[in-house]
This record gives sequence, C-alpha cells and structure tokens, in this order.
Amino acid sequence: MEEEMSGTIKKFMFINRKAPYGTVYALEGLEVVLISAAFDQDVSLTFADDGVYQLRKGQHTKGIDVKNFSPTYRALEGYDIEKLYVEKESLDARGLTEDDLLVPVEVLTSAEIGALMDEQDVVISF
Amino acid sequence: MLHIVNKSPYERNSLDGCLRIAKKGGAILLIEDAVYAATKGNAAEAKLKSAMANLPVYALSADLEARGMHESVIDGVKLVDYAGFVDLVAENPNVQSWL
Amino acid sequence: MKFAILVNEGPYNHQASDSAYQFAKAAIDKGHRVSRIFFYHDGVNNATRLTEPPQDDRHIVNRWTKLAEEQSVDLVVCVAAALRRGLVEENLAPGFRISGLGQLVEAGIQSDRLVTFGD
Repeated sequence: MEEEMSGTIKKFMFINRKAPYGTVYALEGLEVVLISAAFDQDVSLTFADDGVYQLRKGQHTKGIDVKNFSPTYRALEGYDIEKLYVEKESLDARGLTEDDLLVPVEVLTSAEIGALMDEQDVVISF
Repeated sequence: MLHIVNKSPYERNSLDGCLRIAKKGGAILLIEDAVYAATKGNAAEAKLKSAMANLPVYALSADLEARGMHESVIDGVKLVDYAGFVDLVAENPNVQSWL
Repeated sequence: MKFAILVNEGPYNHQASDSAYQFAKAAIDKGHRVSRIFFYHDGVNNATRLTEPPQDDRHIVNRWTKLAEEQSVDLVVCVAAALRRGLVEENLAPGFRISGLGQLVEAGIQSDRLVTFGD
C-alpha cells in the first residue's frame, strides 16, 4: 500500500493498556502494528494494565457477535514482529501467569519496561 | 521521556501505571482531567509527592483554571501553558501518552 | 522541530481534539512545524463537513480546516476507521484527506516527535 521509507530505522513501541472488546482500541491498535511491519522498523509491543487481557487464552466471541482477533497475536511472528513484552506487575495484579497467555512473551518488571520505553524513538499507546 | 497523563486518578489507573513504569530522568505532565491529581488533598497526592523526588511533575494551567482548581495546586508541581507543553515535548527525547 | 500529532477521539465528546489543536497552534507559534495530524479511532469524526455546532461554541472542524489552509498541515483521516464510522469523501471537510494507516507510521518515522491525544 504505502511505500517503504528507505534508510531510517526507528524504534517503535506500541503500548497496549486496554482490554479487548469493551472498546475498539485493542483491535484498531493491532491494525497499526500490522501496518508498521511493512515499514521495516524496529517494532516492539508492550502489554500492561488491562492490556494483558488481550493475550488471554480461550477467547470466544460468538456470543457477542464481535470478531475474535486474538489469533492475530500468534500471527505477528510471520510479520517479523517478535518482541512482545508483558509487565509482570500487571499479570500479578490480575491473577494471571505466562501460562494463561496465547502467545510466547517476555515477562518484564515495571522498571525493565520503563528502561525499554526510554530507548524508543516513537511510542504509540492504545 | 515525557509522560503525559490525562485521566483523573479517581476514574482510571493511568497515573498509577505511569508512576510505576516512568523512570528517573523523565518528566510527568498532567493535562485534561489528570490535573485533579495535582491538587491538594486528592487521593493521589502522596503518590505524586513521592514521585516528585525522582522526576518533575508539571500541570497544564489552562486545564486547572477551566476546572476551578488553579488555587489549590500541590507545592512543587510546576505550571505550564500550551507553549510550555510544547517545550516539554521538544526537550525530552520521546513522549508517551498514558491513554 | 518537526511534530506529528495523533488524535484518537471525536470532537465535542472528548477534550482530546481541543488539546491537540491548542498544542498544534502553540507549536507553530513557537516556530516549530506541525507536518501531519493523523485522525484515528473516533478521531475521524473531526473531519466531517456536516458538523454544525451552536453559534456560541467553537467550530472544531473549521478550526482544523483553517490550520490546514494557513499552515499547510497535512490532515489525514484513517480510511479503515473512517469507513467503519460512515465518513467518506462526500462528507469530508476541506483540508482533510483520507488515506491508509501507513501515513501514521510514516509520520512517526519522518517527524522528530509524535504526540498522541486520546482517551
């Protein structure tokens, strides 16, 4: 669709802090992530606060007649988007562990997430 | 890094997330409904004060005035206008909005 | 410095559009360049020409149009988000254009700072 920018490679971090389905942010945020793959940037995703619920295994949306977009997280690897970070404190606060998530992630502490955020050129939060 | 928060601490946990993750060396800017967090006696006052030991906290004066809260700002919170907001974005190498 | 702005909420419902506008104006007044403003999620509703606020209220859509005309700010509305919400070329206000999400990523690459206003 759009032409790739030649040369510039920036560090892009997409921060997901909202639960899926209740609002559109998780879905439309994921759409930006997929498009970003076409630009050959250094892309990472961070899930914190209610954003960790986006990765919960076993989502079934038939009953609410909304598209279940959770399988897309597993497809990210195919787009060369492999850096998925989840904040440990957010998992703990929600009684979740890594085993509850539908895709392999790197669980990091708040401090580690903060340090990674500092290194970014562009941070987009949904 | 500049951390922008726009939610009242009574309504959302955006400020908590920001305070948990924001690193020393950055700055916090409170705009829109987040300016309530910058006022005396609010529920987040203690948290905000302890954060101020590590990173400066700013609040947008126009948003405080609009809400009638400009006379009760916590000591140490620095007030900026929109031009000051622009300066903060320019001075910090990157920016995160805690939506 | 070159700024890009992302607006994620609709006008009149949320302060995001107002904050984004005041920020853009202040940046330009200080001699910075606002190269692109991207409208996403319900933010696409900033671009409808059918908007008619009461006389004593600010006209958020016209304000954007004026900014585009006077400061040559590129106002881009996400096509997928726009179609979902019934915004098409026929009801698009002057100064706006509809394009893909790639324009947001491109704005992130080409600008010095990308500032998001939303909920």
